[in-house]
Amino acid sequence: MSDLADAFAAAAMLIWSLDQDLVGIVLLSLRVTLTAMAIAAVIGLPLGGALAVFRFPGRSAILITINALMGLPPVVVGLIVYLVLSRAGPLGALGLLFTPAAMILAQAVLITPIIAALSCQTISGLWEEYREQLQSFAARRSDALATLLWEGRIALLTALLAGFGRASAEVGAVMIVGGNIDHVTRVMTTTIALETSKGNLSLALGLGIILISLAMGVAGGTYALKLAAERQRSA
Amino acid sequence: MMRWKIGERAARVAAALVLAIGMIGVLVGVSPAWAEERFITVASTTSTQNSGLFDKILPAFTAASGIEVRVVAVGTGQAIRLAERGDADVLLVHHKPSEEKFVTDGFGVRRFDVMYNDFVIVGPTADPAGIRGLNDAPAALARIAAAGQPFASRADDSGTHKLELELWKKAGVDVKAASGTWYRETGSGMGATLNTASGLDAYAITDRGTWLSFNNKGTLAIMVEGDKALFNQYGVILVNPARHQHVKAKDGQAFVDWLISAPGQAAINAYTINGEPLFFANAGKLGS
Amino acid sequence: MTGLTDPASAAPAILPLGLEGLVFAAGGKTLIKGITATLSAGSRSIVLGPNGAGKTLLLRLCHGLIPPTGGHIVWKGAAGADPGLRQAMVFQRPVMLRRSVAANVDYALRLRDLARADRQQRIEDVLTATGLRRFATQPARLLSVGEQQKLALARAWALRPDVLFLDEPTASLDPAATRAVEEIILRIDAGGTKIIMSTHDLAQARRLANEVLFLHRGRLCEQTPAPVFFTAPRTAEAGYFLEGKLFPQLRRINP
Repeated sequence: MSDLADAFAAAAMLIWSLDQDLVGIVLLSLRVTLTAMAIAAVIGLPLGGALAVFRFPGRSAILITINALMGLPPVVVGLIVYLVLSRAGPLGALGLLFTPAAMILAQAVLITPIIAALSCQTISGLWEEYREQLQSFAARRSDALATLLWEGRIALLTALLAGFGRASAEVGAVMIVGGNIDHVTRVMTTTIALETSKGNLSLALGLGIILISLAMGVAGGTYALKLAAERQRSA
Repeated sequence: MMRWKIGERAARVAAALVLAIGMIGVLVGVSPAWAEERFITVASTTSTQNSGLFDKILPAFTAASGIEVRVVAVGTGQAIRLAERGDADVLLVHHKPSEEKFVTDGFGVRRFDVMYNDFVIVGPTADPAGIRGLNDAPAALARIAAAGQPFASRADDSGTHKLELELWKKAGVDVKAASGTWYRETGSGMGATLNTASGLDAYAITDRGTWLSFNNKGTLAIMVEGDKALFNQYGVILVNPARHQHVKAKDGQAFVDWLISAPGQAAINAYTINGEPLFFANAGKLGS
Repeated sequence: MTGLTDPASAAPAILPLGLEGLVFAAGGKTLIKGITATLSAGSRSIVLGPNGAGKTLLLRLCHGLIPPTGGHIVWKGAAGADPGLRQAMVFQRPVMLRRSVAANVDYALRLRDLARADRQQRIEDVLTATGLRRFATQPARLLSVGEQQKLALARAWALRPDVLFLDEPTASLDPAATRAVEEIILRIDAGGTKIIMSTHDLAQARRLANEVLFLHRGRLCEQTPAPVFFTAPRTAEAGYFLEGKLFPQLRRINP
């Protein structure tokens, strides 16, 4: 129990003093995960929507694959991305290994299936509801897809949140492709892992408390947005 | 003419543009291709990292040379693999046979001694295996095995692990057979293994550097030290630019040179915890 | 409001609509059993029949929402143009987009590639004509069901279709909203749009129909001018329906 008390004290101390290293680590973590989420959204939302609206051979296979990829272990993703970005690998010439760009790439790979699968689910529901009316307007399927992505924006925001949560919590992928380099690729989760391995358990737990608070802030903010939107809709 | 919100499409297009510009901006800020800093990548081990040595001596090198040093700290095996693949410019680990093989296989230019520290055997202060004060490491290990007392091993192909296995061999104990009973293979770094040992009140072998800066000792204390078999030599090697063209040979060599010459050696010796030095600089003294 | 009372468009109408041996089967059952008929401009056609007769199916087939299993749907006046662009449909439950009332109408118009000024004019016209102008900037989903159905009508009207299909449009509405909707339908008809509407409400059919297509168990029993149908229907089934009797050869109400 005293470890827990020490942890809260450590967290409070770090926040109060606005520890420079901590600020840098938090900003980098947010930058990496938010960028990964943006990339995953740009790819995953239309992909999921297209799977919901279009019919083509192989659609079921793709759907099953995407749903299965939701369970990709982060450390496996990290390993694969490392092998690709390594100097000995196919994209080694880009020199992206051990940089934040590599971490963004790994996290984007990790969460795109989640966003695509949830987007497909949401858009499928909306398609059921809107299909005949949109067909009546002689809307092409591609028009319909764009329309449904906008109509479902609140639910899709929740899908993005799910991706954000998964990415901000993982340590395996960013550790391997980032290398946990001080001031360059060290993020919240890798810092926690490092401090734990040094035996600085209270500090590690304190950082964990800060990480959880950040995640709760993001989740809580989105929930409030959702409530406000629903309240406006049903007044 | 009445006014109404038909700007949905315009709003969407605008949002997409903002997002795209934002992303490009972030990626530009983040991409290394446009980075102007001068840096080298050093593959080293978690135990060296955790000892705090790099935090102490690297700023001195950067100040003198203007070259930033980015350390990727992983297990010795992984560090060597990293360097073989060309993902680092310099290799700094502590397992001489592996280092020499690295050079003879053509991955490295030349190996230099840098510094040494020693390993120690730690264990619970109650010392149920009765090894305290021995200066014969294999004998101590044999007693731990005979008493069936828990022992936490890194079991991760690191320099520490390889040295530990050589000691068990000298003690005539087959630890593979005992795995899962008193012999616990954690498969992790030094710090994580010490956490496990602390939690289990188990014996373990650790390098002194990590031990001195480790903050979760629990009931553990140093039981055995001083045996020559526990000597831990560190070597530094420039990754062979003939093998990987992109290796920053000039800056990497600058780092190697600094490390094995007076300023680097002095910085190493100056790093202490509670007045006790963790590493002893010995470049050029034993010959490479 | 000249735009609304002009003939439907400068291009020739896609009517008449010819149904030739139309068949639709699904799940092992034949739900539309060979319907042949011609629907021409200038009269309001009401598709009448008991529940399960196939009214909704027929409308969806004609509008092109589902492909027939057999037979043909021919728009004899189309001459190579896409007949889908000259039709509109209002469903039993209105489907509103999550945006303002005006934006809902605008959405349909933008799919027809109209210039902004044209769109704004048409939106203004239809919202005024349907009494929804004061709701123009409000979220469409906040309207009552009756007002939403009026919006669905306005949306379809703005497209200036040659044909407007309506599938039991007042089934979920109260009498006042029903009357308002019927009045709008009459005005759309007056503007030159062909009305093809299904209903199971006899009183409504009497009010609106110029001709009646009576469906029973997937077959077209008769296509008769309204005055004749309501006083002296040609078929026994129609007679039973008008009297509100159960059909004698059936043990269940719905086939």
